[in-house]
Amino acid sequence: MSIFLYIAVMAITTYLVRMIPFTVFRKQIKSRFIKSVLFYLPYAVLTAMTIPAIFYSTGNMMTAVAGTVVAIIMAYFNLPLIVVAVSASAAALIAHFILLYIG
Amino acid sequence: MRSPYTKGLIDGIAIGLGYLSVSFGFGVMAVKAGLSILATVGISLTNLTSAGQAAGVTVIAAGGTLIEMLLTQLVINLRYSLMGFTLSQKLDNTFNTPRRMLVSFGITDEIFAVACAQKERLTAKYMYGLITMPVIGWSLGTLLGAAAGAVLPSYISDVLGILLYGMFIAIVVPPAKKNRHILFAVILSIGFSLLIKYVFTFISSGFAVIISAVAASVITALFFPVKEDEV
Repeated sequence: MSIFLYIAVMAITTYLVRMIPFTVFRKQIKSRFIKSVLFYLPYAVLTAMTIPAIFYSTGNMMTAVAGTVVAIIMAYFNLPLIVVAVSASAAALIAHFILLYIG
Repeated sequence: MRSPYTKGLIDGIAIGLGYLSVSFGFGVMAVKAGLSILATVGISLTNLTSAGQAAGVTVIAAGGTLIEMLLTQLVINLRYSLMGFTLSQKLDNTFNTPRRMLVSFGITDEIFAVACAQKERLTAKYMYGLITMPVIGWSLGTLLGAAAGAVLPSYISDVLGILLYGMFIAIVVPPAKKNRHILFAVILSIGFSLLIKYVFTFISSGFAVIISAVAASVITALFFPVKEDEV
């Protein structure tokens, strides 16, 4: 399939999701259930995107697990996004060299 | 007195710098998945979102259907609807429909957070300013990442593939630590996601994210509906 079609569907869907409520709706959402689902959804989405995909993100599960563990620890201590992200990569890189050395 | 546009521009610098580094990770990842540099930058310019783009690239790399792409983007980016709705209550009365349609393109988690923190009502000019640096940072970072991904030694581009996921972890862990109900949703989501990946292997990765996230959120919402002041 054409890459252009994929990007068009992606861009249009994402735009409409943003644009319609911002432009059209003027009423407050009342349903407590829907509000609750929308409250939990971002965390559930990011989690499902991360696990298990992160374990395959470096091409080697050992280095990926090292990066994941470091990221979770850094995030637990509320470090900034970019610090957590770069540390995960650094940990995976160090693990890569350790594996080279012992392997 | 600074103009509203300049004030927005300045407020957006930190976001732009953050995006520059995170989108670098997206660029590396997309090129690794087989996309051209042009397509990769095109995605960032037209989408301006991390999670949705990462999922979109996964769908493209797997040769998924357009319906799968549409549903993936819809579910992953649904939070922008809520943010857009929330922001729409805060706009000043010069914010007509064309301006709303233009500004809505720039609703992201960080821009939403900064816009919400403003004491006064939001003007279109302030929002144009606020969105400028993030769009530049996001597109430029993607370009640099995509270009680097094509020339860096593979062991470097391999470990950069984890950048974006590291950022997702950094977004999820702190609130999950503070709020047990969020933690419950996160654990459910991990459970469903692993179950689909290793047991129900016929489900594609795009749908796996949708099914896991919606199931986890609905179940958590049924057990632990949020209080009025939480949302």
